[in-house]
Amino acid sequence: MSEPLETLFEGEEMELSFGPQHPSTHGVLRVMLKLDGEKILDAKPIIGYLHRGTEKLFEKEPFPQCIPHTDRLDYVAAATNNQGFVVAMEKLLGITIPPRAAYIRMILAELQRISSHLLWLATHAIDLGAITPFFYTFREREEILDLFESYCGARLTLNTMKIGGVPFDLPDGWTATCSDYINRLPAHIAEYETLLTGNRIWKKRTIGVGVISGEEAIEWGLTGPPLRGSGVRWDIRKVFPYDRYNEVDFEIPIGNNGDTYDRYLVRMEEMRQSARIVRQCLDRLPDGPVMAKVPKVIRATEGMVYGSVEAPKGELGYFIVATEKATEPYRCHVRPPSFINLQALPDMVRGRLVPDLVAVIGTLDIVLGEIDR
Amino acid sequence: MDQPLYQFIVIPIIKIVVILGVLSLIVAYLTFFERKVLAYMQVRLGPNRVGPRGWLQPIADALKLLVKEDLVPAGAQKFVFMLAPALIIVPAFLVFAVIPFGPATKLFGLLPEAIPPYLTDINIALLFVLGVSSIGIYGIILGGWSSNNKFSLMGALRSGAQMISYEVPMGFAIISVLLMARSLSLVKIVEAQQQGHLWFIFPGLLGFGIYFICGVAETNRNPFDLPEAESELVAGFHTEYSGMKFAFFFLAEYTNMLVVSSLATVLFFGGWLRPFPNVAFLGFLDLVPPFIWFALKVACFIFVYLWFRGTFPRYRFDQLMHVGWKWLIPLSLVNVVLVGLYVLIAKG
Repeated sequence: MSEPLETLFEGEEMELSFGPQHPSTHGVLRVMLKLDGEKILDAKPIIGYLHRGTEKLFEKEPFPQCIPHTDRLDYVAAATNNQGFVVAMEKLLGITIPPRAAYIRMILAELQRISSHLLWLATHAIDLGAITPFFYTFREREEILDLFESYCGARLTLNTMKIGGVPFDLPDGWTATCSDYINRLPAHIAEYETLLTGNRIWKKRTIGVGVISGEEAIEWGLTGPPLRGSGVRWDIRKVFPYDRYNEVDFEIPIGNNGDTYDRYLVRMEEMRQSARIVRQCLDRLPDGPVMAKVPKVIRATEGMVYGSVEAPKGELGYFIVATEKATEPYRCHVRPPSFINLQALPDMVRGRLVPDLVAVIGTLDIVLGEIDR
Repeated sequence: MDQPLYQFIVIPIIKIVVILGVLSLIVAYLTFFERKVLAYMQVRLGPNRVGPRGWLQPIADALKLLVKEDLVPAGAQKFVFMLAPALIIVPAFLVFAVIPFGPATKLFGLLPEAIPPYLTDINIALLFVLGVSSIGIYGIILGGWSSNNKFSLMGALRSGAQMISYEVPMGFAIISVLLMARSLSLVKIVEAQQQGHLWFIFPGLLGFGIYFICGVAETNRNPFDLPEAESELVAGFHTEYSGMKFAFFFLAEYTNMLVVSSLATVLFFGGWLRPFPNVAFLGFLDLVPPFIWFALKVACFIFVYLWFRGTFPRYRFDQLMHVGWKWLIPLSLVNVVLVGLYVLIAKG
């Protein structure tokens, strides 16, 4: 009886390699876990399994040909990746794009945000054991991909924005199809909410899980829904408006507690707000050209620029360094939201259980394509 | 022919063969049923390629699993690893020895004398069911442990804790039925419901609720499917199993669903009896043979299982324990007292 009670019950620590091939690490994330039973003592994310050297590739490509590479960063939200790069380039070159181009960009970006959030909801719900929402959200996501396909021919890797505008005008009848879809969307979102929002088990699994306070979130540099879920009203579309976001009316939903449930509610509301933006853009879509006057071969002026957009997962920034008359970036650094958001993972799961890890990975909404680049 | 030989060897063997055959087929088609029902709940079509409307899909699945490579992971306890699937499937099938599918029947006049369609009616049938079905958990724990895989081990441990905790309230829920039926024999329990003019669900609603929740937990089905929680533990205790050994785990899960549903039917829903068994003007319902009534009731419970799977997220491990120990056990105790009072007052 000389041993203190705590050591008597102390279990053996178990190391568990969670991933990179695991159904719920959303790609090839690997988390080294130190477990005491099911309790997580420590978690260490290990990344790099999807590294393709995108930033290095940028240095070898003329500016317009960098855009297809951005498609492959956050591969479920190609339009906003394109947007980030072209917004930064236009800032560097001092190009103003025609209003019609800006509105088309906004429509595409908001549709992309909805589709990305639908995919997030599908995978997040499956991670927590609810398999049915997956099929419902994919039904709606399919229609967005169809819209993309009829606009630019691609469904996933869109490559749909150019420095100085967008490559094509909207095809005939596109706005009608899109507006029909946007009118139906809120009813579909309500349908997902009947399955999840009030569900006791869903609440039990998400409320109080992966809590991060507003101050901590800012210190970690979190952006996007993980930041807004903690009650910080920060959205690049509002604070540094790009394209024509200052002309449309929308709200930034925020949460109170910074837990998984709040982030879920924030994203659900964001989908509705995105639908609202698309509706306004469709109503006010101006006439005119869709491309600014841009030289055939784009030559940079010397300088460096940081341009960022609000991607579905958070602030997506491009830091571009160019030399005088260069046709390709000297250096292009990407600030991917998932990469920065993932940093908070160990803090959010320490002391909790393995199922919570899955919930937190899901709620951070990471895409390994942009983490590893 | 020698009478005892006929009675104790030939007839039981025929019954065993028929029950095992029909049961395996039903279990195989249960997977098909599940895939179809889930598919329609999830706005898709489900399997429809093999055979007419996909009706041969279970056969194709079975063939595929039969010819698949049978892997034993390095570092596994080989003997235990091989033993575990047998340990889980045998008890699951064994339970059906005592489940009464219907009353003694002449099979529409085909037989000279009435023969009960179930294998045997022993006077401790209910204890037999509880005892035998708890052996299945050894299969899960040993299978998970012997795989030499940390995910399997965690799945096995979860399942051990889960099954033990949920067996307690389940036992109490069953006690409430015993109070009303005053017998452990499943046939007697059904007959008591006929004599009582009422299925036991009406006095035993709470008991049934507890029983069915525990039943879902015992069979590791959603929302209590933690031992094999795909998104957390890859495939839980059967992560390392492939081919026919995996099929055994799979079949056992579905057989156990049938066990829980059959027991629920027998204990609370009057077994093979038609609704309102003694109301004369509903006599036309007797045109439906008793075992069809039984099958229909079981099918309803199976559907509820699938409905759960299509609807609910999954509990977390500690929440599962919380529900079991802090809610179901006290509730089931209260239920025993309430039903006891009812029996005392109603039957003197």
